Amino acid sequence: MRLTRQAAALAAALLAAGPAMAELVFPSLDYRTGPFAASGIPFADGYTDYFTLLNERDGGIGGEMTRVLPCETGYNTEKGVECYEATKGEGALVYQPLSTGITYQLIPKASADGIPIHSMGYGRTSAANGTVFEWVFNYPGNYWDAASIMTQHAKDMSDGSLQGKTIALLHHNSAYGKEPIRTLETLAEREGFDLTLIPVDSPGQEQKSQWLQIRRERPDFVFFWGWGVMNQVAIQEAANIRYPMENFIGVWWSGAEPDVMPAGKGAHGYKSVNFTGVGTDFPIFDDIRTHVVDKGLAAGDGSSVGQVQYNRGLYAAMLAAEAARTAQEIHGTSAINAAQMRDGMEALNLTEDRMAELGMPSFGPAVEVSCANHAGPGVALVQQWDAEARTWTPITDFIAADRELIQKLIDEDSAAYAAENGITPRDC
Amino acid sequence: MSPTFLYTLEVILNGLMAGVMYALVALGFVLIFKASGIFNYAQGVMALFAALTLVGIQQGQVPFAHLINAVFGTEVRDFGWTVPTLLAILLALGVMVLFAWAVNALVLRHLVNQAPIILFMATIGLAYFMEGLGDLMWGSDLKTLDVGLPSGGSFWLEDVTRGWAAEGADYYGMYIDLLDVWATVIAVALVAALMLFSQYTRTGRALRAVADDHQAALSVGISLRVIWVIVWSIAGFVALVAGIMWGAKLGVQFSLSLIALKALPVLMLGGFTSIPGAIVGGLIIGVGEKLFEFSVGPLIGGATENWFAYVLALLFLVFRPQGLFGERIIERV
Repeated sequence: MRLTRQAAALAAALLAAGPAMAELVFPSLDYRTGPFAASGIPFADGYTDYFTLLNERDGGIGGEMTRVLPCETGYNTEKGVECYEATKGEGALVYQPLSTGITYQLIPKASADGIPIHSMGYGRTSAANGTVFEWVFNYPGNYWDAASIMTQHAKDMSDGSLQGKTIALLHHNSAYGKEPIRTLETLAEREGFDLTLIPVDSPGQEQKSQWLQIRRERPDFVFFWGWGVMNQVAIQEAANIRYPMENFIGVWWSGAEPDVMPAGKGAHGYKSVNFTGVGTDFPIFDDIRTHVVDKGLAAGDGSSVGQVQYNRGLYAAMLAAEAARTAQEIHGTSAINAAQMRDGMEALNLTEDRMAELGMPSFGPAVEVSCANHAGPGVALVQQWDAEARTWTPITDFIAADRELIQKLIDEDSAAYAAENGITPRDC
Repeated sequence: MSPTFLYTLEVILNGLMAGVMYALVALGFVLIFKASGIFNYAQGVMALFAALTLVGIQQGQVPFAHLINAVFGTEVRDFGWTVPTLLAILLALGVMVLFAWAVNALVLRHLVNQAPIILFMATIGLAYFMEGLGDLMWGSDLKTLDVGLPSGGSFWLEDVTRGWAAEGADYYGMYIDLLDVWATVIAVALVAALMLFSQYTRTGRALRAVADDHQAALSVGISLRVIWVIVWSIAGFVALVAGIMWGAKLGVQFSLSLIALKALPVLMLGGFTSIPGAIVGGLIIGVGEKLFEFSVGPLIGGATENWFAYVLALLFLVFRPQGLFGERIIERV
């Protein structure tokens, strides 16, 4: 009798646990502490708030509630891998590592485990080749796209020609910072500009030598690939030497509010590329305020809503949610698994109309992913900092990267990776 | 004069200024090591904590707001007032003194007569605790610190030196960051004040006595506990100064604690027990790394400063293991 009661209790517990098992789990490898927290917090807030909105407003995705599984990495690669190992068994659908170092470590692991990675605008650029990197996606753009778009913008500023111009690349001396070098070298050859490489060792608190060099050589443009404290110091030093800020252009990881604030008015005019909307002038923010912030459910204190990194986290979550929705449609089930999520990511077709429906018209580029192309459209706009108004303002439409050039580099790099790792490219 | 000569001079000047910034951090290490033999791993975090506290007080932020809101369901963030800079600095100093007392009462008092490695381990724990405490008290977002110090290149110097180059040369004048000039002035004043304090005050003499010989100092009635609180308070003050100067440069953020990495080669070179050693060591490291980056960096791909500072310190160590100004190690058997 006692055994029967225990069996009944166990059965009841399992039944009660049933719906929880069907939750759509989105791990968030975030960093709310440590040297990179200033950038990590708003991204994580945006990512989490979007899923909270879906739960509160729509009852989840396709009837399934979502659950964000946060894990603090401190932007530390070892901790990132630990987070992955600790959370992958919880039904994780997709990982957004938010670190190039962590992404590099997770690519072989996640590929073996059959869990997709979305390294949105970072990570291994050649993961754009879906025939080799079946489980890795980096849409809507990659570092090489950014380098091409920055060059295109500099060209537009120079009356259509960079012949005889000089461009300095001030970059983090790491895998991340070195990513654009190959593309820029190829572009320098084609466009006829001189490229100077100026590396800065991590974390980049002291850049006096680099900026004295820039002051001596007076390059026409400085392209900037920094992260964390390196961003604030570089922008401050540029202001100190009175480098023309409109010719100082950062990648999308070097163009958020915390990067420019410490330099005060000196940062006025600084530019960066960006692939997400700027500010809060989108209908979705009304919903976020009503269903998330006002209910006290916001991941943060609400102060970062509308900031560059917050919006980027929001966009990343929206892309994940739309991929999950696509996966549900493809497989005819709402309780999808990681493999099905991957199919959804590969079949993602996010149109302008759909973004408008979501309250995010032109919030980011429309994205179409395919079996071979995991990089999406490769477009970004240029935004400029207004130190008086303390706002970023988009000053261009979305600019397309030179994909003809980049695809060649992607093919070469991914072929080398496939050969090194014994991967036979898929037929797409 | 040739532009190359002027550029070299510019690099040396900027190296000296950078060296002063490194020395500011190194000073805190030296003070504590000299008085208690403890290598204080938490010195960088102390600079961060002091700067966070200063900005928090200055901006009227409610400490532990996140925790208070989570527990009581409130939405408090700030008091609605701002505090004048000088008063905020004094209040932040008060917090650092309180911290010094707490460290001694809760940690060091229980570790008296333990091996130096145990005390070192304790400061590692302290560093991580303080980082967490700073986060909990003031939040981990980046804060802008404005204490009214000027920054940016000096127009005056640029104008004066522009004509120094040979006729027709492409030279834009010499560059010096005004914030670095102020850091130098403040560092000189700080070292002078520390020297005067240790030479001419009763407490200063007691500090020197403890630094020379703990046992002898105890035998003449000097309280080791009081001295340690005073030393940690002074180190807290030095950390506050370093936090202000570096915080004004980088913004107050958690990477501020990593400035300790810049102080290590300075300590290796200048010795752990000498205040002038910290200053001279800082200057040598600053000039050495900048000159190396300027002359050799472009030939080997740049980004040499971080490692070259340690190579330079190692070279000095080979010839003077006690550092440039450190006490000579003589052990008779």
